[in-house]
Amino acid sequence: MKILVCITHVPDTTSKVSFTDNNTKFDSTGVQYIIGPYDDYSLARAIELKEQHGGSVTVINVGEAETEPTIRKALAIGADDAIRINANPADSFFVAQQIASVVKDGGYDLVLMGRESIDYNGGQVHGMVGELVGMPSISPVMQLDIEGDTAKLAREIEGGKEQLEVKLPFIAGCQEPIAEWKIPNMRGIMMARKKPLDVREPASDEQMTDTVRYELPPPKGEVKMFSADELDGLVQALKNEASVL
Amino acid sequence: MAIVVLVEESDGKIKNSSQEAVAYAAALAKQISEDDVVALALGNQVSSEELEGLGKFGANRVLHATDERLNQGVIQAYASVVDQAMNETSAKVLVLATSSLGDPVASRVAIKQQAALGSNVVELPDLSDGFVVKRSIYTGKAFAYTKLDQDKKIIALRKNAITPEEGTATATVEAFTANLSEADFGATITNTEKSEGDILLPEADIVVSGGRGLKGPENWEMIEELADTLGAATGCSKPVSDMGWRPHHEHVGQTGVKVSPTLYVAVGISGAIQHLAGVNSSKYILVVNQDAEAPFFKAADYGVVGDAFEIVPQLTEKIKASQN
Repeated sequence: MKILVCITHVPDTTSKVSFTDNNTKFDSTGVQYIIGPYDDYSLARAIELKEQHGGSVTVINVGEAETEPTIRKALAIGADDAIRINANPADSFFVAQQIASVVKDGGYDLVLMGRESIDYNGGQVHGMVGELVGMPSISPVMQLDIEGDTAKLAREIEGGKEQLEVKLPFIAGCQEPIAEWKIPNMRGIMMARKKPLDVREPASDEQMTDTVRYELPPPKGEVKMFSADELDGLVQALKNEASVL
Repeated sequence: MAIVVLVEESDGKIKNSSQEAVAYAAALAKQISEDDVVALALGNQVSSEELEGLGKFGANRVLHATDERLNQGVIQAYASVVDQAMNETSAKVLVLATSSLGDPVASRVAIKQQAALGSNVVELPDLSDGFVVKRSIYTGKAFAYTKLDQDKKIIALRKNAITPEEGTATATVEAFTANLSEADFGATITNTEKSEGDILLPEADIVVSGGRGLKGPENWEMIEELADTLGAATGCSKPVSDMGWRPHHEHVGQTGVKVSPTLYVAVGISGAIQHLAGVNSSKYILVVNQDAEAPFFKAADYGVVGDAFEIVPQLTEKIKASQN
């Protein structure tokens, strides 16, 4: 089975978010970059599926040279090879086109990625790729098993989940608890250095949106503390200030 | 030309978030001098009366695709119906509420329609220089102002992007027949497990969540009672769902459900940054925790330091008393 896993290169979940250049650019000073947590789940599941069914796992990232340590980490976790599309991921449509061009001629049985990136949280790329290549797209997927040419999945919905069946190939946006994150070991890290990383130029430069500036939320006011004897005051605040009672 | 709004139902009722989407579309229609606000409902589980009621939020008509196969939220089939409804009405804009179905559908429609898609939109667009939407990004830690650079646009809304005001108008309901192919149903839903009657977490105006401080799943009764009293949905922290105390769909946080209710109540949750990421768009946050140093208090509007097992039942009683 040939699996393609799409990964994002994103600030660690504990990063402080700030902007520079008059709020037009993310300030990456001191920021640690990681594989998107949702992408990391999909990578872990891809490697498990390869262990069960044989085949290969290729990772793809749309990013400039700075994303290579993140790609190498995916190789250290167990992907066989990697593709980097050498471009700034301008918007979801831009990224989806690059992935679609690789999927079209790639003969993949399965294309996995996170349900969303944790920087823009759009959750758009899996559906766009699916539509561009004419494959079903399913998200957010929390369980995935393959039997022959059919996949059995669970998709999280509000208040519960759905069980689905779909024929390969298809695209899935993944989330926990599809698999446990895998941590690279020393052998994996050593091997990752020698695994092939193919750098390609973008297939298209079209984008549909343009982010013009950023903003931080207004700072939170002081917390109003109530002791266990002052719950009446809290109820009044909920009633009169928050207007929820 | 029209603005189409994809509306979703739960237990036969139009979701609150979809009512908000209709209200948003109606407000947007005024902004861009458009008067045809068309809601689109799929499946036959919603009555015509319920759909006519969307007039109160500003829809002048409702297209109802009653094909029974659409009772289940099949992503590709939904995308095909939305695409055809947009063509039929010459729509320039699609509005929908962000959800586990809405988002995957919107991204496929974006390609079909060559439309610019803005996700997690939190307010009406700024039209002074192009069509600029404000989006929540970095899991609620920041906002982006994004220009939708195509003739056609899709706006996926976060909860509370607009406060709907109910009018008295009634929408006309028209049957809509879409051409669906076998490929649209390539992914088959074989079973749906959904808690019935519960208030859905992303829909709720108030959310009450519990964390490890509650010591075990057997202690959730007091969380549920407080939630019932407030008309709230229940949520939990990641460790709680990881330990299986509560189902995964209740996990609120960075890798779980992101909520933006009017009030978020956190009981026995310390407030790890990954949990805060899922709740920091709430209008008000109330934290009950035994540890006065819990980081959650820094992100809260109201705080009570004390034993949840004493505070929560008392608070529930006092709220009940205030409601009488």
